[in-house]
Amino acid sequence: MPGKSPWKMAVGATAIALLAAGCGSGGSDDSAASSNTAIIGIGEPQHLIPSNTTESNGAEVLSSLFYPLVDFDDKNNPTEVAAESITADATNKVWTVKLKSGFTFHNGEPVIADNYIDAWNYAAYGPNGQGGSYFFTRIAGFDDLQSEDPDGEEGPQKAPEPKAKKLTGLKKVDDTTFTVSLSAPFASFKSLLGYTVFYPLPKAAFSSDGVIADGFEDSIIGNGPFKLKGKWEHDAQIVVEKVTDFKGQIPKVDGITWKIYQDDQAQYADLVAGNLDVQTTIPIESLASASADLGDRFQKSPNSVFQFVGFPTFLKEYQNVDVRKAISMAINRQEITDQIFLGSQTPATSFVSPVVAGYRENTCGANCEYNPTEAKKLYTAAKGPAEIKITYNVDGGHKAWVDATCNQIKASLGVNCTGQGEQKFADLLTKVEKKENVGLIRLGWIMDYPLMENYLGPLYGTGGSSNYYGYSNTAFDALVKEGSEAATPEEAIAKWQAAEDILAKDMPVIPLRVGQNVFGFSEKVTNVTVDLFQKVDIYAIEVVS
Amino acid sequence: MFRYIVRRLLQMVLTFFGATFVVFALTFANQDDPLQALAGERPITESQRLALTERYHLDEPFLTQYWYYMKGLLTGDLGTSLTGQKIGDMLVNAWPVTMRLALIAIVLAVVISVTAGVYSAIRRGGAFDNITLFLTLVLLAMPIVVLAPMAQLLFGIQLGWFPPTATRDASLYALFLPALVLATLAIATELRVTRTSVVENLRADYVRTARAKGLTGRRVIWVHVLRNSLIPVVTLIGVDLGGLMSGAIVTEKIFNIPGVGFNIARAISTEDGPLVVGFVSILVIIFLVVNLVVDLLYAALDPRIRYE
Repeated sequence: MPGKSPWKMAVGATAIALLAAGCGSGGSDDSAASSNTAIIGIGEPQHLIPSNTTESNGAEVLSSLFYPLVDFDDKNNPTEVAAESITADATNKVWTVKLKSGFTFHNGEPVIADNYIDAWNYAAYGPNGQGGSYFFTRIAGFDDLQSEDPDGEEGPQKAPEPKAKKLTGLKKVDDTTFTVSLSAPFASFKSLLGYTVFYPLPKAAFSSDGVIADGFEDSIIGNGPFKLKGKWEHDAQIVVEKVTDFKGQIPKVDGITWKIYQDDQAQYADLVAGNLDVQTTIPIESLASASADLGDRFQKSPNSVFQFVGFPTFLKEYQNVDVRKAISMAINRQEITDQIFLGSQTPATSFVSPVVAGYRENTCGANCEYNPTEAKKLYTAAKGPAEIKITYNVDGGHKAWVDATCNQIKASLGVNCTGQGEQKFADLLTKVEKKENVGLIRLGWIMDYPLMENYLGPLYGTGGSSNYYGYSNTAFDALVKEGSEAATPEEAIAKWQAAEDILAKDMPVIPLRVGQNVFGFSEKVTNVTVDLFQKVDIYAIEVVS
Repeated sequence: MFRYIVRRLLQMVLTFFGATFVVFALTFANQDDPLQALAGERPITESQRLALTERYHLDEPFLTQYWYYMKGLLTGDLGTSLTGQKIGDMLVNAWPVTMRLALIAIVLAVVISVTAGVYSAIRRGGAFDNITLFLTLVLLAMPIVVLAPMAQLLFGIQLGWFPPTATRDASLYALFLPALVLATLAIATELRVTRTSVVENLRADYVRTARAKGLTGRRVIWVHVLRNSLIPVVTLIGVDLGGLMSGAIVTEKIFNIPGVGFNIARAISTEDGPLVVGFVSILVIIFLVVNLVVDLLYAALDPRIRYE
């Protein structure tokens, strides 16, 4: 009878749908197999090849899989870890790296000098398009590994092959020793070597000379205290387990599950519900309730984030230093860090982050102090513009504080100030390149290695990689360069400090805030610390028994 | 009937190519500087930009890029995303969980809305009818960006009835809460449509005839009336299924489900053309198939409808 069939069909379809939906639910909790493991939340890494890993998610995972040449002590001075010694010649130009013997990769290969040389050559070779290639610019021969498109990006001609495939500055002495020649002296080169991009790669990584094997990234092999268990499960998790009889420092947990989250708030929900052990960055939306939710398991530690706004040099109205000073003095930094960031950031009073050696408080001096009356006087005398604009990218959650800053400027200076949102940071850069009237530009910086130079060079140096506002001062450039080439790190710091003093006079940017790690952990773990690079210390973390 | 299905399938091929072309064109128009979007605020070196531009044909004109994509697609190669992952693998990873989520949501939505819709139609103007009217209005007014975190906070964290997030191979239990949130999108409209349609049919002649024949009230409602009332609801379910899959962007993000919605959102924000098209084309196929199934269901539900 036809009258009954649709009803049966519907019931049948429902049953099938539920059955299908229920399928595959098995095997969901195999990660809880061993109890002495910690679950740490991250975002999906973009890459796991060390030389292509320049964001913190990937760097965090790699820190468990690899053992660096140097690590940093409490004072941010580099100390040898996988290296026996790293020494320079008298000119600081040729560095000799001696490796500790006995270390192996997870596949059993011994770690030798070639592993470093191969990995670094791969990283520096332009056509490989590695995100971390700029770290190798100091090594002799880097330029010959790059190619230039003869008729620009839009032109029909393809770029020619670079002149060379290997860095001339890397030379193997014996299996555990190699030398690195730099194109210019650099006394603090050792600090650079602590960064992710300088990890070695095993022979197994390469399918042929200079070509990384297909699929190596998903089942990456390192020389660190943990090895990958299974494969990189994209958008879900990366599980690592302890390497038996590891020669270096032994971690206290047997394994780590790097659980991947799309969203910080989802991560926080899991942390509070006890499904996650560590969250390194608690989102600002959850900060208000974090103390109540977590008690003393909600903690803060310094990191290297530096937030500021820059004055584009091509805009005439901001070329008068007094205008720049006045705008800086019109901003009440403390109010913004308290009200908007709920204490997760602190006011900046210098041009470098407090975490680097050589940092001095208040180098910005009175220029970074909130003083509305003085600001107004200075601004009127210098005939500052009647309209101020701050351009920012809307996808970074900057609207609240940019608007608040504008309101402060309005109140202090009596001029109109508007926040101008651009969809993406790239859109903002395009406008800057076209020299459009963007007003002040919102910028931020996270250091790659703990040196003052890593702030001074890229941010304020002529042609610096992130100097989008085009500040240029030859005396400043000379001091930074002299610092880099100085004989000792102490002399270098003295030069860099002198360079920073120039910034306080020129005010090319307004320092606004320095960041902090705001992290939380579950009752299951203790000894959780988050370092300057926003990474959890995987050697210290312990599971409460 | 057979000829009808074949004709529809042939139309689907055309629609599919048209849709991918439009989607590809739209992403292309949206494409500003995908390499910078990928790198965030980090500077990109000139040689890196050069290498990646060439690898992903970013400097080629639109039609050439589309040709590269289609050539790959027809040979079964969906291409690689800008982060170097195979798009085929990403699809295989993302689809099952979204599919399960959408199915659970549909089943929940249909069961709740049809039952509640029929009851409120029978007791029209009663307390149940008014309460459901009020609740559906609230649900319709509440955007999912509010509903999802609220449900997560209440049932996931404070009451602890359900896990606050789900993973790729989550159990039925873990997916229940996000599916329920997702289902609310559909429940409100489906419930109202069921109610209206049942109310209308209750007044029809055949109902009076059935009653006069002495059939039980239950049989009259659940077999005779419901069958005829389901036609508009089935149409709605078909549309909803597609909507649930693409509309899962917010829900998937909040409950941390690495499915289709999340991948599409990521692809759009990184201006990754092939990735957007890869996910959207499958969405298109599902839409087309579901609509075909819905049309065929009409014939099953209403003998007056015949396809030639």
